[in-house]
Amino acid sequence: MTVQLKKILLGEQGLVVIFVVAFALVSALVPNFLTDRNMLGLLQSVVTVGIVACTMMFCLAARDFDLSVGSIVAFAGMVAVMASNYTGSILLGLLAAIACGAFVGFINGVVIAKFRINALITTLATMQIVRGFALIASDGRAVGINSPDFYQLALSKLLGIPTPVWVLAILFCIFGFVLNRTVFGKNTLAIGGNPEASRLAGVNVDRTRIWIFALQGVVCGIAGILLASRITSGQPNAAVGLELSVISACVLGGVSLAGGRATMSGVIVGVLIMGIAENAMNLLNIPAFYQYIVRGVILLLAVLLDNLRSSALGRR
Amino acid sequence: MSFLDFAHITKTYPGVKALSDVSFGVDKGAVHGLMGENGAGKSTLIKILSGDQHADEGEISIDGKVQAYASTRDAFDNGVIVIHQELQLVPELTVAENLSLGRFPANAGIIAARRMLDDVGAKLKSAGIDIDMRRKVKTLSIGERQMVEIAKAIMLDARVIALDEPTSSLSSRESEILFALIDRLRGEGKVIIYVSHRLDEVFRLCDSLTVLRDGKLAAHHASLKNVTRDQVVAEMVGREISDIWGFRSRKPGDVRLKVDNLSGPKLKTPASFEARAGEIVGFFGLIGAGRSELMRLVYGADPRSGGSITVDGKLVRATDPRGTIRAGIVLCSEDRKHDGIIQSRSVEENINISSRRHHTRFGVLNRASEIATAETFIKKLKVRTPSRKQDIINLSGGNQQKVILGRWLSEQGVRVLIVDEPTRGIDVGAKSEIYELLYQLAEDGMAIVVVSSELPEVMGICDRILVMCGGRVSAELTRDQFAERAILAAALPDQKTPDAIAS
Repeated sequence: MTVQLKKILLGEQGLVVIFVVAFALVSALVPNFLTDRNMLGLLQSVVTVGIVACTMMFCLAARDFDLSVGSIVAFAGMVAVMASNYTGSILLGLLAAIACGAFVGFINGVVIAKFRINALITTLATMQIVRGFALIASDGRAVGINSPDFYQLALSKLLGIPTPVWVLAILFCIFGFVLNRTVFGKNTLAIGGNPEASRLAGVNVDRTRIWIFALQGVVCGIAGILLASRITSGQPNAAVGLELSVISACVLGGVSLAGGRATMSGVIVGVLIMGIAENAMNLLNIPAFYQYIVRGVILLLAVLLDNLRSSALGRR
Repeated sequence: MSFLDFAHITKTYPGVKALSDVSFGVDKGAVHGLMGENGAGKSTLIKILSGDQHADEGEISIDGKVQAYASTRDAFDNGVIVIHQELQLVPELTVAENLSLGRFPANAGIIAARRMLDDVGAKLKSAGIDIDMRRKVKTLSIGERQMVEIAKAIMLDARVIALDEPTSSLSSRESEILFALIDRLRGEGKVIIYVSHRLDEVFRLCDSLTVLRDGKLAAHHASLKNVTRDQVVAEMVGREISDIWGFRSRKPGDVRLKVDNLSGPKLKTPASFEARAGEIVGFFGLIGAGRSELMRLVYGADPRSGGSITVDGKLVRATDPRGTIRAGIVLCSEDRKHDGIIQSRSVEENINISSRRHHTRFGVLNRASEIATAETFIKKLKVRTPSRKQDIINLSGGNQQKVILGRWLSEQGVRVLIVDEPTRGIDVGAKSEIYELLYQLAEDGMAIVVVSSELPEVMGICDRILVMCGGRVSAELTRDQFAERAILAAALPDQKTPDAIAS
């Protein structure tokens, strides 16, 4: 590898460069990839992962972890469908879903921040509890949506682009801003970098962590609503394993699992790389079993690259 | 050519030339001092010696053979061992286990405990180190742990042993034991590289000395016979510093901080003291005397179980740092790395972390005002950094300390500044700058509390000294009463058992 190339790949923007190159390669080599239809399909396929990744980024940046996101997404979807069927008001259904998501997230946050229980354990527990609630609520069956207007959430388009993609784009912008330009975002990064020093510097560590998890719940609620709308029903088994895809996307996007380092642009790129890989493999008719392997390899390579980058910058 | 030879070592980091063309040699059986201000390149040189980093140019040779290490493990195998300030022992394992780690005597994977104890015991005995090797490392004092580190080097048949600031957290008694051990190693023909800021120790221990300044070789003394301390200081800073304290007398005003019968889980005996506006109050004592514990209580870092704190006559009700900062009390803690800096974030973010509420509107930050604040304090405190965006971890200790001070100065309305070991691990030049800053702050009416284990420092800069011993304030002296012997006597426990000092 020439020095020049090394510099570009291992620089701060290395991931973006790799993304652009990968995108160009896939566009050139995979037939039907670079079409309007496929691009929109690709974006729609990453909506759930992308939305949840926004707040997972905060969680990881604060040196925490959230495994319960998949369950919350499924549960929130169920609540949205059942509540809107019951009340006949879609708006009430959506609010109920978001409120439920926020509530679970808040509980996660309080247990983790106030009772000092390890985040991994706490969210592993809530992950199962919440999945249980989703199954009980529907007796394990899918619940169909009564009002056709609910489908429109996923089907409607603005300027030719589906609503869920707009929601994703808006959330990317909002959380990018929150991370870089608000006290909350900066405190999140500081807590992840050194929790004790942050506390001694006067940062309200507990409150910030509770907020992070509560926000994560809200965002899972939104993702759950859009997912239910797309699959036209509330499915208690939806989004199984979502937490791992989301964490993969974040790590791929350069978020440090040790905390204290995260960028929105990185996470966006991470989400898109995962989406493109899956999309290209589908277009190439690669069987689903092999796709697991490819995804795992991509993740490993990304982490190795990140490691090389850190040592190149002399951070360790 | 000497036994250990550095030839034209050059190393560049992004934005900084850490070492440029450094060459010198050390003979067998010599203790060689390595001095220089923070950021002068000592740590980098040691890292290259230990195989942790690679020189861009130049080479190191031992006994005429050029050494090229791929890793620290490689350096180990070639008999080069570096003992860092942060000791690298496994707390949950015993001394013997730590010393055998990586080379356990075993039969089919089962550790031969008896053989291990015999081997380790023999080595410890021949080195004259007296430690119970069945004790877990976590139960040892820092001084004892240091001994274990050195024992590790001896076990590995090290030819070159580098010690990085070995006495920075040792009591003077523990230091004495260390010095005796170093003397013994010298007698055995080892090469010892001794990195320190303490002139006394260097002159006492070292046969030869190298001084680095800004990554360059400032001086090399093959013998210390005709070298004076002032000369070395001048070589380190590149200018003469006649009086590093530069004490200026002030007229203290009204009582700012009043601590009344404060106690907590780690400080059983209630303690009381006062600090006036414009006054610098020093707290001296041995390690473990309760000084840091008391300050952490005042700051609200630890929960308090009794007593009260008032600032300017107003009772401080807050019991957490967030609240005490708002009440005007701030603390620079002794352990910068764990309690001070956020390693992964920039200089700017480290300055602004606690004062962000002054730069926001509805939680949204005003970037312009944040940047301006950071730039102001980088300039005002002469923080040496390529830019405000640099990760703080890449700065030297002295500059990190300045960033922390900047953090508190950017906080408006600080009335009481507590600094715990303000100049630990900081070089002479930066020390004077920090003292000068403390004087200025005192002149502006702040009450300043300085906790220090360095007697010359507290005597040099304080208006009044309180001595602590065994968790209690044992003496109080005003500047005209300052006398080394009286202060030391008050600091030493009555029964001079090793336990009392270690705990």
